Amino acid sequence: MEKKTFKEDPRYRQTNKETLSMVILLIANIIWWYVFAYGLGSRPPEEYTYIMGFPAWFFWSCIVSFVLFSILVWIVVSVVFKDIPLDSFEDEKKGGKGK
Amino acid sequence: MNLSSSYLIQLWIPLGLYLLIMLYIGFYSNRVVSTVSKRNFLGEYFLGNRNFGGYVLAMTLVATYVSASSFLGGPGTAYSQGLGWVLLAMTQLPTAYITLGILGKRFAIVSRKVNAVTIIDVIRERYDNNPLVVWIASMGAIIFLIVAVVGQFVGGAKLFQTITGLPYIWGLILFGSIVLIYTTVGGFRAVVLTDAVQGTIMVFGTVVILIATIMAGGGISNIMHTLKTINPDLLTPYGVDNFIAVPWISSYWVLVCIGILGLPQNAIRAMAYKDSKSMHRAIIIGTVVSGVLMLGLHLTGVMARAIVTEIPQGLTTDNVMPLLAMRLFPAWFAGIFLAAPLAAIMSTVDSQLILISSTIVKDLYLNYINPKVNDDQRKLTSTSMIITALLGLIAILASIKPPSLIIWINLYAFGGLEATFFWMLILGLYWKRANAAGAIASMITGIVSFIVISRVWPRPFGTHPIVLTLILGLIAFLIATYATKPPKEETIEKFWGV
Repeated sequence: MEKKTFKEDPRYRQTNKETLSMVILLIANIIWWYVFAYGLGSRPPEEYTYIMGFPAWFFWSCIVSFVLFSILVWIVVSVVFKDIPLDSFEDEKKGGKGK
Repeated sequence: MNLSSSYLIQLWIPLGLYLLIMLYIGFYSNRVVSTVSKRNFLGEYFLGNRNFGGYVLAMTLVATYVSASSFLGGPGTAYSQGLGWVLLAMTQLPTAYITLGILGKRFAIVSRKVNAVTIIDVIRERYDNNPLVVWIASMGAIIFLIVAVVGQFVGGAKLFQTITGLPYIWGLILFGSIVLIYTTVGGFRAVVLTDAVQGTIMVFGTVVILIATIMAGGGISNIMHTLKTINPDLLTPYGVDNFIAVPWISSYWVLVCIGILGLPQNAIRAMAYKDSKSMHRAIIIGTVVSGVLMLGLHLTGVMARAIVTEIPQGLTTDNVMPLLAMRLFPAWFAGIFLAAPLAAIMSTVDSQLILISSTIVKDLYLNYINPKVNDDQRKLTSTSMIITALLGLIAILASIKPPSLIIWINLYAFGGLEATFFWMLILGLYWKRANAAGAIASMITGIVSFIVISRVWPRPFGTHPIVLTLILGLIAFLIATYATKPPKEETIEKFWGV
């Protein structure tokens, strides 16, 4: 069977890149959360060390991860994400909703 | 609780003011609806004309999924389980960046291509106008969401009862009718704008109560020391007596983080923003806001253990936050803080109500029952508003004394929605081969297996049933898709072509 070909929307290459960056960020977030929580938190509570009053595992896996990943999201969005038009091209041709 | 009447009056002033502002936003949005509705009523009433900027988008996204449980039940459990429960809550940090980052732009582009107003519009076009796909998805959304609305109404009325002493039924009527009025008259725009105000109140309330709690407990070190004397388990990631096992907590990454992509009330927000820039800003703001709320509220719940040492008789740990607010703040300020959990509930209910209404009106009534109404904007307006109002009334009536069927379904509402929509949305957007047979197979397998697994095998391999459910749903999707023909060429071209 012969496949009909059509030109793929060029914006999708960009959106795929953006999606991939978010998936990588998510995986990094899960690993960070897991490694610090159970790497530092598995010992008995008597042996815990404390940072700013919090048990170290909690400080790294909950507080630092919040700050760190907020900053990373900001960096990734500024670097990877592009300001692309969302309207369909037909609208623009018609002089409709395009900018 | 026994409260003096002067205390109640001071408490009521900010609460009443808050409720009036919500009504005002409803009527303000109604003016926009009536000016726009001559041209494009459905697009305005159910999607606010895709006109929202970054801050509003971030707030509506976060406020919609932050519900009663993040303000009452969640901190209550943190109170009894300690820091491990905060660790669990932190699995929700990525919600904003994955919802908008993964669904966001693709969904916005596609929905403009096919001129979609609802999630099911996109699904219908993507799966070759297959009526079975539309009906199963719509019924799934309607049933699970109505039940979820009832659950939130009950929570809201109970909260009203606890904090103001108003009898349950009056709390329900007052609270329910305000949500109902602003949602009905103002549509999606009112829902989103009230969400923005409600989200702001939630963030403000959370930061203030966290700081006040740390100060009242004499600093973090002091509080942690007190917790250690109460029970050293409170400081571990495992909870008291290993309550929070590792496979169980890990499956929350699926239930409340990745699975969120399958909640239609969240996904619809990925269609509603103005331009790329607004979405980029919303990803950043939304991540920070959800982090502040999740970390702040649950950590406050944990530390409350050192301050509210005993829960008064007749109350449960769900009341920890209201008790704490009344302990820490003067009445008028407690009133502001208590508006926050109400805001959390209202911002969840309104989004669910408008989504059910859009499913009934746009996806079922106009598609299959009475397509002629499409040309009559006035009739569309009245039909949509009447259906929204009726739905709300039914939900309020059902909340007076919730039938046991509703309580039963409510257990499955959250996961049920994810099981219905998750693969259909993700694969529909990113996989050309995905077809209607696959969507139907994954929805049916998902819903049935979620309910069955939850009942007969509540912790498969130590995890939450949603994990196995989504795996089975994916397998069903793949088998059914490969066993049947690919979707129509036109569909693929419409979605992927220029």
